[in-house]
Amino acid sequence: MLKYLIPLALFLVLVVFLAIGLGRDPHEVPSPLINKAAPTFHLPQLKDPSKTFSADEMRGKVWILNVWASWCISCRDEHPLLIDYAKTGAVPIYGLNWKDKREDALAWLDELGNPYVLSVSDFDGRIAIDYGVYGAPETYVIDQSGTIRFKQIGAVTPDVWSGKILPLVQELNRQGASK
Amino acid sequence: MIRFISVSLLLLCAITPFAVAKEAQPTGDDPAVEQRLTKLAQELRCLVCQNETLADSRAPLAEDLRREIREQIKAGKSDKEIIEFLTARYGQFILYRPRVTPATYLLWFGPFVLLLGGLWILFTYIKQRRDSLSEKPLSADERRRAEELLASTSGKETT
Repeated sequence: MLKYLIPLALFLVLVVFLAIGLGRDPHEVPSPLINKAAPTFHLPQLKDPSKTFSADEMRGKVWILNVWASWCISCRDEHPLLIDYAKTGAVPIYGLNWKDKREDALAWLDELGNPYVLSVSDFDGRIAIDYGVYGAPETYVIDQSGTIRFKQIGAVTPDVWSGKILPLVQELNRQGASK
Repeated sequence: MIRFISVSLLLLCAITPFAVAKEAQPTGDDPAVEQRLTKLAQELRCLVCQNETLADSRAPLAEDLRREIREQIKAGKSDKEIIEFLTARYGQFILYRPRVTPATYLLWFGPFVLLLGGLWILFTYIKQRRDSLSEKPLSADERRRAEELLASTSGKETT
C-alpha cells in the first residue's frame, strides 16, 4: 500500500509547488530596500525646474513617492485612482517623473489631472536606480524617519490601497503621534 | 535569373558581417572599460526582460544601468563594489549566479540531494532484485512437500 502512496505524495508536493509558482508574478522582484533609509535626492521640480525638492524635506512626515511617466501604460490605469486617493487627504503623494520629457509629463497632468503635491524630474533615471526602480508605476511608502516601509510594484489597486497602504499609513501616524 | 539571385545572395552574405559589426560597436570610448563592462553585464540580469543579461538587453533601464556601471568603472570602483551597489538596490535577483546563503541552499545543493536520492533508490532496487533472483535452498519441510507433489502428479499421469 505504502508503495503506491509514495508517488502520490511526491506528485502532490509537486502540484503544490507548481500552484504556488503559477500564483506568483515573476515580474515582482522583492526590493532589498524595505526598512532601509530612502535614498535622498535633490531634483528639479517638474512644474518649476528652477526650484528643487529633496526627500530630506519630508522628514517627520509619512509620505508616498509614486514613480510615473507619460509613456507608461499602467500609469494611465493607476492615475484616476491616485487622484481619488489624493482627494481623501490621507497621505501626501509626491511624484517621481521617470525618464520622461518635461512637456509630455506636463501635458499628461493637464489632461488627466494632478494627484501629486509636486513631481520631480528624473530625466536620466539616476535617482530611480537608487530606489531600485525597474518599471513604472512603482510606489513607496516612506515614514517619518525617512525609512521605506512598503513598496508596490505595478499599479496601486484599490485592494492594495485600502488593504495595505492605508492601514500602514494610519499605523505609522499613530506611532509618530505617540512618540 | 538564377545567376542574378545567386549573385545577390553572395552580395548579401558579403555585406551582412559588416552590418552586424556596425551594430555591435561599443558605445564607450575606452576599450578596456567596455571590456570590463561587458564582462560584468553578462553576469547581471536585466530586470525588465528577465531572461536577458544586462549586456544583451536593449531596454532603457539596461542602458541606464550600463551607463551607471561604466561610470563606476571609470571612477575606479572594483567589480565587487559595483555588484554590491546593484544588489543593494535590486536584490540578488540581478545576479545570474546567486550567492550561497541559507535562502539559496536548496538552489545550489538541491540537485545533488536529488542525485544522491536517485542513486540510493537505484542501489536499493538493484539489491532487492538481486536478492529475489538468487536461488535459495529449500528447507527440509519444503523439500518434503515438493517431493510429495511430484510423486502425486507423476502417479496421475501414468494412469
